[in-house]
Amino acid sequence: MSKSLLTRRGLLKTGAVAGTGLALPTIFTTGSASAFTNEPTGGTVTLGFNVPQTGPYADEGNDELLAQKLAVEHLNGEGDGGCLNTFSSKALEGNGILGHKVTFVTGDTQTKSDAARASAKSMIEKDGAIMINGGSSSGVAVAVQGLCQDAGIMFMAGLTHSNDTTGKDRSANGFRHFFNAYMSGAALAPVLAKEMGKDRRAYHLTADYTWGWTQEESIVASTEAIGWETVNTVKTPLASTDFSSYIAPVLNSGADVLVLNHYGGNMVNSLTNAVQFGLLDKQVNGKDFKIVVPLYSELMAAGAGAAIKGVLGSMNYNWQLDNEGSKAFVKSFGEKYGKPPSNSAQTCYAQVLLYADAVARAGSFNPCAVGEALEGFEFDGLGNGPTLYRAEDHQCFKDVLVVRGAQNPTSAYDTLEIVEITPAAQVTYPPNHPMFGGDEASLGECNDGA
Amino acid sequence: MLGLNGRDTTVFVIVTVLAIMAPFLLNPFPTESGLAQFNAGYPDLMQRFAIFAIFAIGFNILFGLTGYLSFGHAAFLGVGSYAAVWIFKLFTYNVVPAILFSVVIGAIFALAIGFISLRRSGIYFAILTLAFAQMSYALAYSVLSNPKFNLTNGETGLQVYPGDLQMFHNPERVPDLPHLFGLSMRANYELSVGGWDFNFNAGYYLCAAILLLMFYLSMRIFRSPFGMMLRAIKSNQTRMTYTGLNARPYALAAFVISGMYAGLAGGLMAAVDPLTGAERMQWTASGEVVLMTILGGAGTLIGPILGAGFIKYFENIFSKINDSVLHAWFAALPDGLEDFLVAIIYPFIGKGWHLTLGILFMLVVIFLPGGLVEGGQRIGRLFRSRKTRKGETDEATQSTPAE
Repeated sequence: MSKSLLTRRGLLKTGAVAGTGLALPTIFTTGSASAFTNEPTGGTVTLGFNVPQTGPYADEGNDELLAQKLAVEHLNGEGDGGCLNTFSSKALEGNGILGHKVTFVTGDTQTKSDAARASAKSMIEKDGAIMINGGSSSGVAVAVQGLCQDAGIMFMAGLTHSNDTTGKDRSANGFRHFFNAYMSGAALAPVLAKEMGKDRRAYHLTADYTWGWTQEESIVASTEAIGWETVNTVKTPLASTDFSSYIAPVLNSGADVLVLNHYGGNMVNSLTNAVQFGLLDKQVNGKDFKIVVPLYSELMAAGAGAAIKGVLGSMNYNWQLDNEGSKAFVKSFGEKYGKPPSNSAQTCYAQVLLYADAVARAGSFNPCAVGEALEGFEFDGLGNGPTLYRAEDHQCFKDVLVVRGAQNPTSAYDTLEIVEITPAAQVTYPPNHPMFGGDEASLGECNDGA
Repeated sequence: MLGLNGRDTTVFVIVTVLAIMAPFLLNPFPTESGLAQFNAGYPDLMQRFAIFAIFAIGFNILFGLTGYLSFGHAAFLGVGSYAAVWIFKLFTYNVVPAILFSVVIGAIFALAIGFISLRRSGIYFAILTLAFAQMSYALAYSVLSNPKFNLTNGETGLQVYPGDLQMFHNPERVPDLPHLFGLSMRANYELSVGGWDFNFNAGYYLCAAILLLMFYLSMRIFRSPFGMMLRAIKSNQTRMTYTGLNARPYALAAFVISGMYAGLAGGLMAAVDPLTGAERMQWTASGEVVLMTILGGAGTLIGPILGAGFIKYFENIFSKINDSVLHAWFAALPDGLEDFLVAIIYPFIGKGWHLTLGILFMLVVIFLPGGLVEGGQRIGRLFRSRKTRKGETDEATQSTPAE
């Protein structure tokens, strides 16, 4: 008979040590058993709407939020259905997404990358958001896109116009519906040539940060291609509120066109300064002096007031567009909120529907499956006309609007008039275009957080 | 214990327990309940609590002890973050070198800025530091991010791209994210007990461990002869000079130490989330740490930690309560009353969280000049005074609040 060394105390000790040892590694692994980050369980699915509610772009952020709430209503089958009736894809039935009722959480980006990432993280980690939508600045968009890529959820960008978002900073989990600086240049150039002639001398004032540079680069390239000469490009600090000292040299430079690569409050101030200096009444080189603002928005137009009369620019969307999708959206938005939607509102609304539709077509919330469903997706009926979500860089290609400040606006909402609808083909570029990171730019691997 | 007196040991033990148990303490409500809105126990916010506590403790060494009010401390936090991200980009995702480098860079910056700024005191010192911080912000935002020499990547913020050099990084063996010798900072274990979910996050525990270390260090500084010198600067610098002591080296040392704390906080921020932007250096960020310290109680040991937690809680929890959440809370009430209550409360939550914080800050400054710590002491005294009247006097001498 062998002598057993098994004692009660020894067994307990060994058991405890072994148990702890076995359990220890699991402390540091993702504990959940789900197949991908924030897989919806139960009857609801949560979307995260991350928009600037304070700071310089708060107006746009709040407009985006209104549109996103409207989109959620339509997805859940409430209200009049909006663009679900005109959308070319019929996968959505107004019963939520894949039968899950849509709920949402909101956060404030404060137009700061850090704050935006903090609020996006809290939506992902605390509220279990499956997708992040919105935003009103390229810096924030790139920062949040990177976060979503790492966390393994989808990012549907809101208003972001820099080439980098789907250029050198493109990522597999990020999608952009809004247009970009290159498209602005490509759409504006022919109109500028037609309206102002081919032998103009342009002077650029550019907000001194990433978006300003990519826009300046794009506009310089496309205007020089039509024969214009670039006299000078001057960077202005982002925090400037008075641009007088930058405007004065323009008069003596021999330039006859001023291009303002500014956005938001910057643009309102620089344009007002330029008009106060009487630039638009001047004649240089025997031609009337002109001002161009490549990226327009309704809210900026409202801020600049009478100064924008006759000033050309480009937009992603305008509520005055006359197509089925646009009419349905404007009607639905107007009835609920009593005003027409801005172009940032439209882009966020479209992004929510596009996401939901991609989930429905893929039959799964897995970001990789959803991404695959969005890649190369051609659709119509969301307000912009026929649109392609290009697979190579996750950028939407659609018509771009060239607009002009109206001479005689009848209300606060028609301060801009559409000059031309530039067809998508004219603003399309190869995915490895040098302004978009060239051959080195890559989407990377899709991440579902598993 | 560890060279601390009995009272400090108690405080240290309390902070240690709070730091370790944070995942439980910050998630008091079941996940599915309506009150889950107020849960703060998710990894990102817990990390922020710890990181900003480090930042505020460091700031308190300068402001609480010497009385020098720096309005540019965010600059050190910012350069610390940039330093850490550059280590990630060039060498390795291991957080140890990144954090060490961020402390070194924070020290160098603090030495340069402190050397110049400390020639003045009072409001002039504050303005000088503010000017330097705004200068760093402007440099990071645009000047140092031009296409020819891109050090900061401007508005977009510096982040790690797949094409970066990363000399010593081997994605086969270690996670493709910041890690501590293979343990990903993002690694998270979720413990579900009943309706509650508790998050145990590697990044948080790293921050918490460093926080405890830094808290211990600050206690030792507070109780050291060096700390006494710093207090002397605050109480009467002229008298100190007359006794033959040169105050400036002491003030500069305090400034550099607190700059290192800020750099460390910046490095940790990058370690748990490998991205940094220029906003980290903006004057609002510098103002925030001043608020944290004063709100918690400047010159006290635990005050800055409380203040940091308080402000970050407001920023992250209150700002996310929107009107639909409010409507859900009051759904049981009649429609008119519901709308009325929502209309009353709405300006103070969501995007109005600054307003609530501002009101609370005013209340604290007016009624509790010693910050939250004084509030705690008053409550404590209320209970104790029933037993004995004597405890009051040595309580008051224990921690005299600053300004």
